[in-house]
Amino acid sequence: MSAAVARLHRAAAGVRWYLRAFSGESRWDAYVAACAADGTSPISRREFERHRDHLREHTAQGRCC
Amino acid sequence: MSTTTPTAPPSGSASRSPVSIVVWVLVALVGAACWTVLALSRGEDVSALWILFAALSSYAIAYRFYARFIGRKVLKLDDRRATPAERLENGADFEVTDRRVLFGHHFAAIAGAGPLVGPVLAAQMGYLPGTIWIIVGVIFAGAVQDMVVLFFSMRRDGKSLGQMIREEIGVVGGTAALIAVFAIMIIILAVLSLVVVNALAESPWGVFSIGLTIPIALFMGFYLRYLRPGRVLETTAIGVVLLLLAIVGGGYVETWGLGEALTLDKETLTLLLVAYGFVASILPVWMLLTPRDYLSTFMKVGVIILLAAGLVLANPALSTEAVTPFASSGEGPVFAGKLFPFLFITIACGALSGFHALISSGTTPKLVAKERQVKMIGYGGMLMESFVAISALIAACVIDPGLYFAMNSPVGATGGDAASASEFVATLGFSISPDALTAAAASVEEELISRTGGAPTLAFGISLIFSDAFGGGLAAFWYHFAIMFEALFILTAVDAGTRVGRFMLQDTVGNFWPKFGDTSWKPAAWGASAVVVACWGYMLYVGVTDPLGGINQLFPLFGIANQLLAAIALTLCVTLFLKHGWVKWVWVPGVPLAWDLVVTMTASYQKVFSDNPAIGYFAQADATREARDAGQLSGAAQNADQMDVIIRNSTTNGILQATFAVLVIVVVANAAVVWARALRAGSLPTTEVAAVPSELVAPADFVATKEEKAELAAWEAERSETSGTRS
Repeated sequence: MSAAVARLHRAAAGVRWYLRAFSGESRWDAYVAACAADGTSPISRREFERHRDHLREHTAQGRCC
Repeated sequence: MSTTTPTAPPSGSASRSPVSIVVWVLVALVGAACWTVLALSRGEDVSALWILFAALSSYAIAYRFYARFIGRKVLKLDDRRATPAERLENGADFEVTDRRVLFGHHFAAIAGAGPLVGPVLAAQMGYLPGTIWIIVGVIFAGAVQDMVVLFFSMRRDGKSLGQMIREEIGVVGGTAALIAVFAIMIIILAVLSLVVVNALAESPWGVFSIGLTIPIALFMGFYLRYLRPGRVLETTAIGVVLLLLAIVGGGYVETWGLGEALTLDKETLTLLLVAYGFVASILPVWMLLTPRDYLSTFMKVGVIILLAAGLVLANPALSTEAVTPFASSGEGPVFAGKLFPFLFITIACGALSGFHALISSGTTPKLVAKERQVKMIGYGGMLMESFVAISALIAACVIDPGLYFAMNSPVGATGGDAASASEFVATLGFSISPDALTAAAASVEEELISRTGGAPTLAFGISLIFSDAFGGGLAAFWYHFAIMFEALFILTAVDAGTRVGRFMLQDTVGNFWPKFGDTSWKPAAWGASAVVVACWGYMLYVGVTDPLGGINQLFPLFGIANQLLAAIALTLCVTLFLKHGWVKWVWVPGVPLAWDLVVTMTASYQKVFSDNPAIGYFAQADATREARDAGQLSGAAQNADQMDVIIRNSTTNGILQATFAVLVIVVVANAAVVWARALRAGSLPTTEVAAVPSELVAPADFVATKEEKAELAAWEAERSETSGTRS
């Protein structure tokens, strides 16, 4: 029983990981972790997302038919 | 830093275990059984699942054996070489990305409405030709193209298709390719928009739901920008709920008295779409484009999973014949022409799509973590798109053929009402009573006669399958749900395509007038957007106003254009094979290139030179001109003005068709010169960047092998020891 629950937990965590990575949400976590490792203090989440918006504004990603 | 260089890929001994041999023999047997049933069943009820499992087992075998062969023996993917993502990582366009995440992004970028529409139209020739072409085409052509282009671009720091052609083939070919890519993109945008216009015309429910996607996306954009920066999943969940409410709400537009205001004709919708396309491409992307993309992507994946589950649960029987007489007569009402070559250009996406080469070069290669992942992302991503195409084909083939032809024949043929449509369908050799047509329309609360373009047919097929699989009574909801998600894909493709076109135009003009190339200079951005929108808007208008039916007229142009782009991409692949001296393996891209050239050149030739007015654009213009000069009406024209429209449109289409073909011939001719030089010399220098040892470790395929996991764990342990020297 508990093994099944654990497996279910693992699966849910996997799905959550994938969705967060796929949508780009986890980039913030990666950035914060990187700052911690470097010993620098991170910019605010709002500034971070503004920066990503800015990058997107200047690239064009095609969507196929 | 002391890093052990990862060893060369193992020689495959691990996967020759008895279990794996048994598994692959079983997969092969399932595939062979499914194909046998499909090949031998005639005139009896055939379950759609035979098609589904024939496809799945063929894909599995192709991926396991052919893609692996291409990766190991032909391209010699080498994980010891650092990818551009590793070498040039900058947190923006170059970034080491988890292979499964990149697979999702790549798939979301290549798959859209194309694989949904083409197979539906091709169903006029029966289920068997489409099934065979989608599966064989993807295995030997489409997936190979995507994987090889991805590989070559990756070895050149993610250069675009146009750049590679200019540098590896020559300036003439490069320029021709650049013009072809731009023109082909315009046609693709126009035809996709035409599908949306046809699906929304005279449909207040559809207009209401699709119209609401704009405020929903705007809301999401502002929410993400100001209220909850970065919470994409939460925002998307809210957006999806609002979207579903918008679909449900559409059912009440009549009750709310909005029915008349939202019943729009095709001309109005065209103007609205053009205005929308322009505004969407000049607004900041965070406002509309990015949130719409999230919605569209999540809907895309959700619907594909739902469709696969629905097919298995409903287990529908195919209503269409295996091969209809239209395959050999070439007189089908949906599109004119015989199976060869027209089936192969009608189904482009899903089997072979040149447009993918634009995604496989440029964006995706800059994100690949390890070389061996090219197989999973390039080949695997295209197999997945092919699966979508197979599902769409099945959805179209479960519909009663009488209804299918009543929906997909131009209004000039069906007369637009149930009685005349029923009579017309009888002349094709199928039968459906006016009452049955009316009942089908009532079940989804829409008009169904002459709803060409593929989207309504697919939506009807999906509503049949889903009502069967997930309980009845919701047919109208499922129909509009399907229309919604197709329109969402297409609008996303139109937004993004207009922007890509704008960037291309700014980049090209920027060579002569540098200021125009500055993407943040508003006058240039607005001007280039306006030009791009005007181009596809004009072609859309041509399609919408064509008395012969826009889909009937323009879809062949779209299919040929897409396949011609594939010819350009495969020409580049062959050129690079020869320049690298891989003559032994040149058949890998060479055979699909030869096939694609035969198909597209035959189709182009027929569309330009055929003296049959149903096929040749110029023959059509001539026949109409003669009739007009004699004071008669011909074809579907209702008055003399429409005769002029037919003449003008057919001439435009003919000129475009001829231009595309000539551009491709220029590219191939230029390449042939390089081929001859390379063959004489044995090999020639290319722009491939020099190998740099990789310090990354990552598995190659969807599921990591035991060895890969061990290697990864060891590498991570070593990295945490030397932490502080993070790169």
